[in-house]
Amino acid sequence: MRIAGKGLVDRQAPVSFRFDGHTYQGFAGDTLASALLANDIRVVARSFKYHRPRGVMGAGSEEANALVTIGSGAAQDPNVRATVQEIYEGLEARPQNCWPSLTVDLLSVNDLAAPFLGAGFYYKTFMWPRAFWEKLYEPVIRRSAGLGALSHQHNPDAYEKAFAFCDLLVIGGGPAGLIAALTAARAGADVILADEDSLFGGRLNGDVETVGGMPGAEWAQSIVDELEAMPNVRLMRRTTVTGAYDQGTYGALERVAHHLADRGGQPLECFWRIVARRAILCAGAIERPIAFRNNDRPGIMTASAVRTYLNRYGVAPGRRITLFANNDDAHRTARDLVDAGVHIAAVFDSRRDVPESNAYPIYRGAEVCNTSGRRGLESVTFRTASGEDKVETDCLAVSGGWNPSLHLTCHMNGRPQWSEAIQSFVPVEGMVPGLDTAGACRGTLTTHGALQEGVAAAQVALEALGIAFDKIDIPEAEDAPYRVSPLWAVAGKGRAWLDFQNDVTVKDVKQAAKENFASVEHMKRYTTQGMSPDQGKNSNVAALAVLADATGRGIPETGTTTFRPPFVPVSIAAMGAGAQGAGFAPQRFTTSHAASVERGAPMIEAGLWYRPSYFPAPGETTWRQSCDREVNMVRNAVGVCDVSTLGKIDIQGPDAGAFLDFVYTNMFSTLKVGRTRYGLMLREDGTVMDDGTTARLGETHFVMTTTTAAAGPVMRHLEYVHQCLCPELDVSMISVTEQWAQFAVAGPQSRALLNALVDEDINDDTWPFMGCGDIIIQGVRGRLFRISFSGEHAYEIAVPSRFGNGLFRELTARAEALGGGLYGMEALNVLRIEKGFITHAEIHGRVTAFDIGMERMVSQKKDCIGKTMSERPGLNGPEREQLVGLKPIGPVKQLTAGAHLFEKGAAPTRENAQGYTTSVGFSPTLDGFLGLGFLRNGRARHGEEVMMVDHLRNLTTRCKVCDPVFFDPEGGRVRG
Amino acid sequence: MRLTCPVCGERDRREFYYMGDAVALRRPDPEAGDAVWDDYLHNRDNPAGVTRDLWQHEGGCGAWIVVTRNTMTHEVLETALASDVKGSVG
Amino acid sequence: MRFSGWKVIKEGLTGNRGWSAHWRDAQPKPEYDMVIIGGGGHGLSTAYYLAKNHGMTNIAVLEKGYLGGGNVGRNTTIVRANYFLQGNSEFYSHSLKLWEGLEEDLNYNVMHSQRGLINLFHSDGQRDAFARRGNMMVNQGDDAILLDRDGVRKHLPYLDFEQTRFPIYGGLYHPRGGTARHDAVAWGYARGASDRGVDLVQNCEVTGIDIENGVVKGVQTTRGAIRAKKVGIIVAGRSGQVAAMAGRRLPIESHILQAFVTEGLKPVIDHVISFGMGHFYISQSDKGGLVFGGDLDFYASYAQRGNLPMKEHVMEAGMTLMPMIGKAKVLRSWGGIMDMTPDGSPIIDKMEGIDGLYIDCGWNYGGFKAVPASGWCMAHLMATDRPHEVAAKYRLDRFRTGIGIMDEEGTGSQHNLH
Repeated sequence: MRIAGKGLVDRQAPVSFRFDGHTYQGFAGDTLASALLANDIRVVARSFKYHRPRGVMGAGSEEANALVTIGSGAAQDPNVRATVQEIYEGLEARPQNCWPSLTVDLLSVNDLAAPFLGAGFYYKTFMWPRAFWEKLYEPVIRRSAGLGALSHQHNPDAYEKAFAFCDLLVIGGGPAGLIAALTAARAGADVILADEDSLFGGRLNGDVETVGGMPGAEWAQSIVDELEAMPNVRLMRRTTVTGAYDQGTYGALERVAHHLADRGGQPLECFWRIVARRAILCAGAIERPIAFRNNDRPGIMTASAVRTYLNRYGVAPGRRITLFANNDDAHRTARDLVDAGVHIAAVFDSRRDVPESNAYPIYRGAEVCNTSGRRGLESVTFRTASGEDKVETDCLAVSGGWNPSLHLTCHMNGRPQWSEAIQSFVPVEGMVPGLDTAGACRGTLTTHGALQEGVAAAQVALEALGIAFDKIDIPEAEDAPYRVSPLWAVAGKGRAWLDFQNDVTVKDVKQAAKENFASVEHMKRYTTQGMSPDQGKNSNVAALAVLADATGRGIPETGTTTFRPPFVPVSIAAMGAGAQGAGFAPQRFTTSHAASVERGAPMIEAGLWYRPSYFPAPGETTWRQSCDREVNMVRNAVGVCDVSTLGKIDIQGPDAGAFLDFVYTNMFSTLKVGRTRYGLMLREDGTVMDDGTTARLGETHFVMTTTTAAAGPVMRHLEYVHQCLCPELDVSMISVTEQWAQFAVAGPQSRALLNALVDEDINDDTWPFMGCGDIIIQGVRGRLFRISFSGEHAYEIAVPSRFGNGLFRELTARAEALGGGLYGMEALNVLRIEKGFITHAEIHGRVTAFDIGMERMVSQKKDCIGKTMSERPGLNGPEREQLVGLKPIGPVKQLTAGAHLFEKGAAPTRENAQGYTTSVGFSPTLDGFLGLGFLRNGRARHGEEVMMVDHLRNLTTRCKVCDPVFFDPEGGRVRG
Repeated sequence: MRLTCPVCGERDRREFYYMGDAVALRRPDPEAGDAVWDDYLHNRDNPAGVTRDLWQHEGGCGAWIVVTRNTMTHEVLETALASDVKGSVG
Repeated sequence: MRFSGWKVIKEGLTGNRGWSAHWRDAQPKPEYDMVIIGGGGHGLSTAYYLAKNHGMTNIAVLEKGYLGGGNVGRNTTIVRANYFLQGNSEFYSHSLKLWEGLEEDLNYNVMHSQRGLINLFHSDGQRDAFARRGNMMVNQGDDAILLDRDGVRKHLPYLDFEQTRFPIYGGLYHPRGGTARHDAVAWGYARGASDRGVDLVQNCEVTGIDIENGVVKGVQTTRGAIRAKKVGIIVAGRSGQVAAMAGRRLPIESHILQAFVTEGLKPVIDHVISFGMGHFYISQSDKGGLVFGGDLDFYASYAQRGNLPMKEHVMEAGMTLMPMIGKAKVLRSWGGIMDMTPDGSPIIDKMEGIDGLYIDCGWNYGGFKAVPASGWCMAHLMATDRPHEVAAKYRLDRFRTGIGIMDEEGTGSQHNLH
């Protein structure tokens, strides 16, 4: 019911919205919760387990009951707190976790079955028959569990992430936060003030207290106005600081556009990483309920929420309101309601010493012990020394006291301490380095105290920051005592809720204790108390108190569970912003990318790079046709392939040779200028890390190539070896992978192709096999390497990247004129398999130099990384699986990679497994499948027949073991 | 988490690559024997408290850094260039 | 007390007054035949199988906090047997078989759910590596099916097959893979061990190991000295500290692994999905929360909490793989301390040179699924002084000798590469 003349909502701006299929009206400034209450909607949700009707319980982000689904279609947003969602024109909200409807929910039958569904019942049953778990029990449990539903469609909304930096981050914009921010801002500090509400002011907006002689909300607005005008202040509305992390890093979720009908291109949410030199937590406190029988009916709310709805939104959540409290603070709710002309039916206070009023009946030493009302509260039963009685009421405002919102202080494992004075936990100094606390979140529950502490905390921060500040006047404000007397659960039969969201009752906690889940962590895990969307914000302290009582310990001894980030639920889309679609990782394109795409080449991922798989020619319908043609082209004419993705590292300095001797197994200091050498690199553990060629371009100048996959790790490794193991070597290195475009020109016609392009005469004397050097190609200074990964007479030619596209097109045209053309990754793979050249399919991290037959490349004349460990007994010997070639010899001619090898006739079991295949391909050159693989003691078994078994692809092939070099074993072609 | 690169200043953790215990700086002699090498490469004090470990400012200047750090609290006590530390270790 | 559906109904009708403690909280005795240090999943299962398989009941499990408070209570609950190296393959296969009979054996519903695990691959090379893995799984007698892209689409139609940075080529489907309710595993073993006479002692921190002339004599604890003929160290991330009490260094570094859970949602993900390109894995709990995780934070730590970069990376992986989860909201994130070995495989062995001292550690980030077989094999080792045949390769000296290194990821048998 809306109360005339009350509240901060804009009565001139009506807003219509839909809930559960009906259209309602609210005002700008309303939340969905306040607007529903204004329309007398009481049932807004169904509970998790028992499907009991539930209404709005609070007025903040900790809301336990009023979770709804917003929107529909792909953008449907489940589990949204109605207390946080601001209404806008056309907002569509729906109830969730109910079927067929909110009012008639068939699963509310669970409520009747409650005796069988107590804490942990599922651990004790559903075990027989075994097969029923996956087929029957689990599907039923899964369907009845869960709250809202995802749309099952790709997220259609935009989200963002950002960084921010400041001297001081003030978390929470209530009185403490506002004055802390003001103090620091006036001193000149860079300040960020973040508050999760749409309006700064905190409780000042929900109360009718005055600050400095002004209504609290007006005072708050005046401070906001001053802060907003300052260039060193950033005000972040609708921004919840969600986590405290190391070295002053905070996560924060800004709800950018959830309140807008038209987002105007803005993202829905932005996840911030705020780096703050200092921070002050001013997060306030959360009022806690009291557990009593049937304390979960719609219409039962926290006392402060009732007050907020009245004062901020001009809404009375009932017409005959009752109050149940154990502290003075809650009586302000009754006072405000009476002042607004709302009828107070009764006030029950568990204490004897209670503030007087002649506006409503007060029952001292009274406890509410039951409630009734099927779809909302109709009456409460209360108990005093003189017995039980009943009062009709449609709204019960409950206050069990306040729990400081100290959650962020616990994010680094700090443990808060118990305060007898406020009967709750309060933060201890230094729990998060650089974070101070002020106001209610540190247990100071008056406005005056909050203001005082806000100033003090800001001054502490400014001193730490070395920023001078002036004295600031603290405005006068309310300083009434809070006076709480503990009351957690009202004794009696029936179910009294602690965790409303997970339907955990006092009985459940007691039962857990009885079953020896007596540690607070065990109780939580057994009952699921505190594991619901509010993460125990409403229930932890009371549940702990009930557990302490049940186990006969005090609350401090019982301890508390750990608060962990995030403080409020954070969407995966916000923290994962930017990754949807292709944004997950950078895309790297070679200079020939466009030309390759133009020719219809399917581009495949190679690490972060894209490389052409094959280049389809007219009439070709399968990749194999293209691949076979490209292989033949290289073997018989000339092929061109972009190899720029290989890592290129420029290494210079007088000690470059010595450095390379240390990182490679073989010698490089002896390499002549103008020559290239194949090098093998080990990890310190003796396994092969990478291989590649390194060219000596000058006395003190080398260029190393790495495999595409290992380019980054090798660069890092080289810097590690240099800086950490041998900084005395005078050598420098830098990655030049992206500075050079490099193309392989391979095949019998390769020299002819190049000679037509360059001025110099390329012949076996000027460019012998493994020769290298600078070369001018059509006026551009490039580099030419006579190296081959195909076994053919071949070169790699490199030019600065800006010439890559032009050179690639030129090479392509000339190759085609010579009966050749482009070849892609598939052909490259077949060519290298024919030659027994290895890639990371073979050097997959577990193989040693011995395994690939390169143990003699580990020079005995010097030390190198990995040498000592490579000599361990387990890394050598006939037990090792060694690189072999495989050829099919039976009726089945196919080979597959990833199959296992067995002795002829052996059962294909793990015990009998002797090796596996790593790379296979159809060789058009040799007209058959060829395979590389590893076989136990394989080098000694050339000529033997083994069985290749691929269970997954249902293939068994008889194979002959052979040398891995299938084609041109003498290597004549590469020199020819 | 933030670390101070001695060259570039304070930076976010995501700019750094982590390698592990700074014991890696003390590479044994090749002939030191398998027990010494086993210890060097595999066995760790793995302290629950102050440790020194190696990081690289990979997303920045490329410097390898010895970070003195607390593994219980993630407090960073000191950072130094690995090449300087190695120089003083010998 | 035997648990059953009838018992739940009977208790429900009589006010649930008949339930009793799932396990006894024991006071430590001055002497035991064996002491297990660590009341996590592995320690509790070791005690259970010592009692059940070997008739050893004069034993105590000493836990410094509460039972099941370590990694068994903070993981992503995945149970699978999809290893491909000799040594791992037979061990995890054995473990999965134990899982399949666990509820009956323990009379405790650990909600082992064989909903199927799909490991996605994104290149021909990855497909071949997964084929090798799957073939070894079949060699071992376990189940594996190689799915192509359409095969994956049939199971997981909601993945992003069109826009994603790393297109899905296919997946390795392990139908017997799945999940279990992690806490219940610890409690079920605790109850089983306690019922067989094992003393479970909580809030009892071991502060020293008594060794005389190379022979274990007992332990010092915050609740007094306890004599024992044999002592097993089963403390996961704390292995280094406890081994140091025996003067030993271990090939272990402790690292943080974070995990995440969302609010309860109606059923949306029916499998366990693993996305290698993003180090991301996800399943949905029976309560409806999406449970997911990623890679290590990558720095040595005992803090049981992580930092933003890896959190964001994990969510980014989720968004590129399955953008339908964008509006699921993360409720909680936590970190476990992973006992990382150089090769990523565990250790179940005697402590060489100290009679009566045994160690079970190095579970890296895969310890949960190993809980049954780890306990089974550690119990076998402690009771018989011989390694169990499926755990014979989990030797401590493999790093020194290089014999039997099990580097499933192929990243090298050095620290911080896994």
